[in-house]
Amino acid sequence: MIANTKPIDNPKDRYIDSLKYALYCITHPLDGFWDLTHEKRGTMAAANTILFLTLLIRVLKLRYTSFIFITVYWEGINIFLYLASILFPLALWVVGNWGLTTLFDGKGKLGQVYMATCYALTPYPLIQFPLMIFSNFVTVEEAEFYSVVSALSLVWAALLVIAAMGQIHEYSAGKNILFTVATLFAMLVMIFILMIFFSMISQGVAYFISLAKELMFRM
Amino acid sequence: MRKKNFLMRTGMAILAITAAFLQPLQVKATSTSEGGYTYNYDYWGDYVNSADFYNSCKVFTSSELGLDLKLKNPQGLFAEGNTLYLCDSGNNRIIELNRVSPEQLEVVRIIDKINGGSGSKELNNPTDVAVSEDGNIFIADNGNARVVKVDKDLNFIMEFVKPTDNTLDPKLVFQPTKLAVDTAERVYCIATGINKGLIKYENDGTFSGFVGATPVTFNWTDYIWKKLASQEQRAKMESFVPTEYENIFMDYEGFIYATKARTLEQAQADENAVRKLNLMGNDILVSNGDWSVGGDLYLGSGGGYEGPSILTDITVMDNDVYVCLDRNRGRLFGYDDQGKMVFAFGGNGNMDGYFRRPSAIEHIGHELYVVDSLDCSITVLVPTQFGDLVYQAVEEFDKGNYETSGAAWQEVLNQNGNYDLAYIGIGRSLLRQEKYEEAMKYFELKYDAENYSKAYKQYRKIWVEEHIGWIVAVILLLFLVPLSIGKVKSIRHEIDTADIFVVEKKG
Repeated sequence: MIANTKPIDNPKDRYIDSLKYALYCITHPLDGFWDLTHEKRGTMAAANTILFLTLLIRVLKLRYTSFIFITVYWEGINIFLYLASILFPLALWVVGNWGLTTLFDGKGKLGQVYMATCYALTPYPLIQFPLMIFSNFVTVEEAEFYSVVSALSLVWAALLVIAAMGQIHEYSAGKNILFTVATLFAMLVMIFILMIFFSMISQGVAYFISLAKELMFRM
Repeated sequence: MRKKNFLMRTGMAILAITAAFLQPLQVKATSTSEGGYTYNYDYWGDYVNSADFYNSCKVFTSSELGLDLKLKNPQGLFAEGNTLYLCDSGNNRIIELNRVSPEQLEVVRIIDKINGGSGSKELNNPTDVAVSEDGNIFIADNGNARVVKVDKDLNFIMEFVKPTDNTLDPKLVFQPTKLAVDTAERVYCIATGINKGLIKYENDGTFSGFVGATPVTFNWTDYIWKKLASQEQRAKMESFVPTEYENIFMDYEGFIYATKARTLEQAQADENAVRKLNLMGNDILVSNGDWSVGGDLYLGSGGGYEGPSILTDITVMDNDVYVCLDRNRGRLFGYDDQGKMVFAFGGNGNMDGYFRRPSAIEHIGHELYVVDSLDCSITVLVPTQFGDLVYQAVEEFDKGNYETSGAAWQEVLNQNGNYDLAYIGIGRSLLRQEKYEEAMKYFELKYDAENYSKAYKQYRKIWVEEHIGWIVAVILLLFLVPLSIGKVKSIRHEIDTADIFVVEKKG
């Protein structure tokens, strides 16, 4: 599969090839993620597709997983917030990681960090979709299978993300782990700043609203 | 045409919405349904209104009972056959009542002194009473620091005094509050200030040990603080000790149901407030419900009451439905043998069917008798038609009449479509009738994974057995087709590259 390194000119073929390449990446993370950017084997379109599939599966899981594993309080579900539970951490991760590594010799660009992270998410739709169907054919006694495999998909994806970052930025293993931890802290800092920002803005808006109300009472 | 219609409709909708907003706020306030009398909790812990399960039939106060001396702070109640024993603790007496009908209670006799015995002849603040199968009466004579056993003519037989146990504080005054007696006349009793479990006496009056102490719970932060604290600081901290039981009840099988008051943390951790103790003192309560056996789920303050329910008494019917009495909010909670909530109703107040400080509950048949120590009354509650149907369904199921039980649950469902137990009840009766696919539907509706799995396992087994031919065929196809295609390809390849043909071509 990897032997094919000739550039493909047809954009459609290139898209299909880059999508298939995700399968190579998740089984050969070090080699795969190196070639992803350095040999330009990955495409943005494929990365977007993988992200879209991840989101789609996450939503489908709500409806089609057996109630033994997931019971959904439909009144409490906001689909946009639910999607944001993936998109928001992803955005924080990508921006945080890029922001840090670009100061410390990281070779990856913002787009490449995003692409590699999306490629690393591949195990999630790949495992969760069959698992979702499988869940409808088990009893509570066999529930362990589901939870183990489900956890496996998450752990796999997490390890891939870490491996991908190391290859993109051309980091050694130790430096890679250090920056993974640092990125997590960066995410926390960003959340903190965002919260301050939004509370300041809302206070500011509230001030002008109360000012306007006061004026209207007096006039 | 269609578009115009759509425009009209949206216009109407906007009008309706604005009209709704313009209406006075009071209308909105009444439409947010703040509970009826009877309710239940669904899978999500949401409050669900229910059809009434019990109605208050009559409230007996001193005047209805025809007593000269008014009741004062009654604490205990015991039912044996059609006889009720009411502990009129404040007046140091026990009133024996005969239940003619739920609407008619007659005073048979008033017990205020006993014959013979070495100690005091007069009762002093009796807080509980029990009658054994042989007809002997056991009285928790709180003020006289003893449990006294008398025969049915009130002749003294023996007394049970403070246990001789080295771990007990010698200065502690023995104050038995609640008691239960088993068929062999062994006495289990709760006393103020003794938290090692139930005090158990053999039938010859000897103390034989403590049984069924509640497990000690503590949280880790407290534990770490305690390790770090100095001796003086530690003395001021709350010590990790078992909680005392509130009340006990001996059921018809000889198991002891004991209730304990939960702390707020225990209630939030969804711990059971009821324990069912076997002879070894182990808790064998079945708790398969979506929520713990502990009364209300909402612990916030309201109407001057807050915190978890305090189950002050419990009574177990012959169909294994047990009813707990909450003295915090004046409510009754019924649970079935699976620990699922059957009903919840009541409240604090002065109306019939509401309570001010309920202290004891008993049952005769399906009727409930609740003693209110502040109102000095006995409230008689009788099941409604709806309640009778549920009991019928439960009892038919226990007898093994699954079809009748299913039909009764169906009737329950017709009367109250929000009653979760009915769905599960129908499911269970279908399961027993081996209609697995239908049973699965009912269990799935109410998220009963355990029963669903039981039904699904059978359904899957039957399905596989019926379709085994197809399954084998599909598997064979899945393996054989790619295999044979590969084989054919390789044969073709061999033929194409075979030496003889190559040679022939050359030739």
